[in-house]
Amino acid sequence: MIAKLLKNREMLLVGAIAVLLALIALRFPAFVGPSNLARVYNDTSILIILGLGQMAVILTRCIDLSMAANLALCGMVAAMLNAAFPGLPIPLIILAAMALGGLLGIVNGALVWKLDIPPIVVTLGTLTIYRGLIFLLTDGKWINAHEMSDAFKALPRLDLAGFPVLSWLSLLMIAVMLLVMSRTPLGRAFYAVGGNPHAAIYTGIDVGRTRFFAYCLSGALAGLSGYLWVSRYAVAYVDIAAGFELDIIAACVIGGISIAGGIGSVAGAVLGALFLGVIKNALPVINISPFAQMAISGTVIIIAVAVNARAERRKGRVILKKAEAV
Amino acid sequence: MADAQLSPRNIPDRLETGGARLIKSWEALLIVVATVIFLGNSFASPYFLDPWNLSDATFNFTEKAMIAFAMALVIISGEIDLSVASIIALASTAMGYAVQLGVDTPALVAIGLSVGLACGAINGLLITGLGLPSIVVTIGTMSLFRGLSFIILGDQAFTGYPESFAWFGQGYVWWVFSFEFTLFVLLAIAYGVLLHKTNFGRAVYAIGNNQTAALFSGVRVARVKFTLFLLTGMMAGLASICLTSRLGSTRPSIALGWELEVVTMVVLGGVNILGGSGTIPGVVLAALIMGMVTFGFGLLNVPGIVMSIFIGLLLISVIALPILWRRARRRLAH
Repeated sequence: MIAKLLKNREMLLVGAIAVLLALIALRFPAFVGPSNLARVYNDTSILIILGLGQMAVILTRCIDLSMAANLALCGMVAAMLNAAFPGLPIPLIILAAMALGGLLGIVNGALVWKLDIPPIVVTLGTLTIYRGLIFLLTDGKWINAHEMSDAFKALPRLDLAGFPVLSWLSLLMIAVMLLVMSRTPLGRAFYAVGGNPHAAIYTGIDVGRTRFFAYCLSGALAGLSGYLWVSRYAVAYVDIAAGFELDIIAACVIGGISIAGGIGSVAGAVLGALFLGVIKNALPVINISPFAQMAISGTVIIIAVAVNARAERRKGRVILKKAEAV
Repeated sequence: MADAQLSPRNIPDRLETGGARLIKSWEALLIVVATVIFLGNSFASPYFLDPWNLSDATFNFTEKAMIAFAMALVIISGEIDLSVASIIALASTAMGYAVQLGVDTPALVAIGLSVGLACGAINGLLITGLGLPSIVVTIGTMSLFRGLSFIILGDQAFTGYPESFAWFGQGYVWWVFSFEFTLFVLLAIAYGVLLHKTNFGRAVYAIGNNQTAALFSGVRVARVKFTLFLLTGMMAGLASICLTSRLGSTRPSIALGWELEVVTMVVLGGVNILGGSGTIPGVVLAALIMGMVTFGFGLLNVPGIVMSIFIGLLLISVIALPILWRRARRRLAH
């Protein structure tokens, strides 16, 4: 029983987060208080939403490096919409951001599906293009807090039954993704395509189309995160969330989602994001310079991938063990 | 990563002759693109054809191209190294730190190169020793290496490099030929020979095409890959020396985002991102194209971020167009 639990990646990660929290609590008990934990969760919400989208893409053996640029572009468009038409209802703006994000995802997906260009090349290209488009759109100008309507800025913070809307939204997305991954043909197809594309073809799954939908999903989630990011920090400019694409991938890798596709879970993606979130929020508390965060997350990624690789290797027969060890 | 071989591989009835292959090659396409951009630039701006201006233009790509040569080998072998820009940052930080202790130029160069080598060795050990996927490992070390320079430097900067150190980034060997450009040419030749004329180069292709087959043919896969990561680290160290010397200062954000530009350069040069094919002349041409585009746009006062849109479009379209072209031809043939 315990051995089985130890082998379970998600439980291992829960354990790691618990140990981390316990270590922090030794000196700063307030950090693990319910209200602070809720705050840490809220702070990680955007990363969780993005991680869920990236998870779907990575499961199909692809990668989406353009998520952060997509987020920035959609966030900017949401802010511009709000600045130009302050009367526009916020849900409409969110829908617009998600639609635009989905559209950008469609561009990625179509290039991967219809032209068979390797995903890393496609999203490397669209990463620079999407971010460049923000500049073309704005001439490098910022949209500041005073140009946004109060309703626009207030929504993520709005208190609903004790939790901010931002937290609720990420919980909703987790629930939706749980349903999609376990209860729909599409969710199963994600695993099938990543696990063995050839076998997937023979079972009648269109590999390209499945990847296309994964990109649509990650794009739409990036669009949603774009609104959330801009309204939460109340500022939009070209470079928001620059480099965040790597944090998203890091969250997935830490969460045990195999970069080779086919292995991973919603819980893993969420826990991976939370692990990074706890570290990020704990650093200032335990008085480590925020500059150390980058090196720490790098180390964590390497450890996580080493641990995951060991877990993955155990599965299946290893033939020619000697040769592989060379 | 996507798999290349979901569709059957077409094997032609007879091989094409050398001439026909040359005309249809990726390099030929790149030469056409380079010529068009060169002519376009010369018409668009009267300042473009000035030899000193052209010499200045080379600084746009020489440092990135140094890394791109080694990166091309890594990608041909089926791996990738996303940590190169962070290695530049860490090597530059180490050199800056040494300057504060009063170290002189020769030792600075040694420090830059050895930090690069050490970082490459760490990547190589994790990837070949533990058998981890290189894309994730180098995303991790990318955070780690740059993170270390952030820990050392914070929001500060190292300056005060000795005057003799400035030569690597600002000096000229002869007339308009800068040290960096000369180094670029020499390295291009060295890597061209290494990849196309040596057993080691054949081994790199063999690993990229079929790692298991290479292993069974007696190629020391792990050793070759380790060497490649070592080389890439050293090239990043070298680029760091040139860049630091050119800028005369070190910040932890130095060379931010270069890893993507280097990969773009390599892929634009016709190296298959899935491994197995690609040439050094292709990478050289891609470096020239990217350098000319950046410089030409600069002369026309186009902001840097617009250039990056163009580079992004270029990257996708040079890969998409041949695919579309092949498809259209096949449709016509049927």
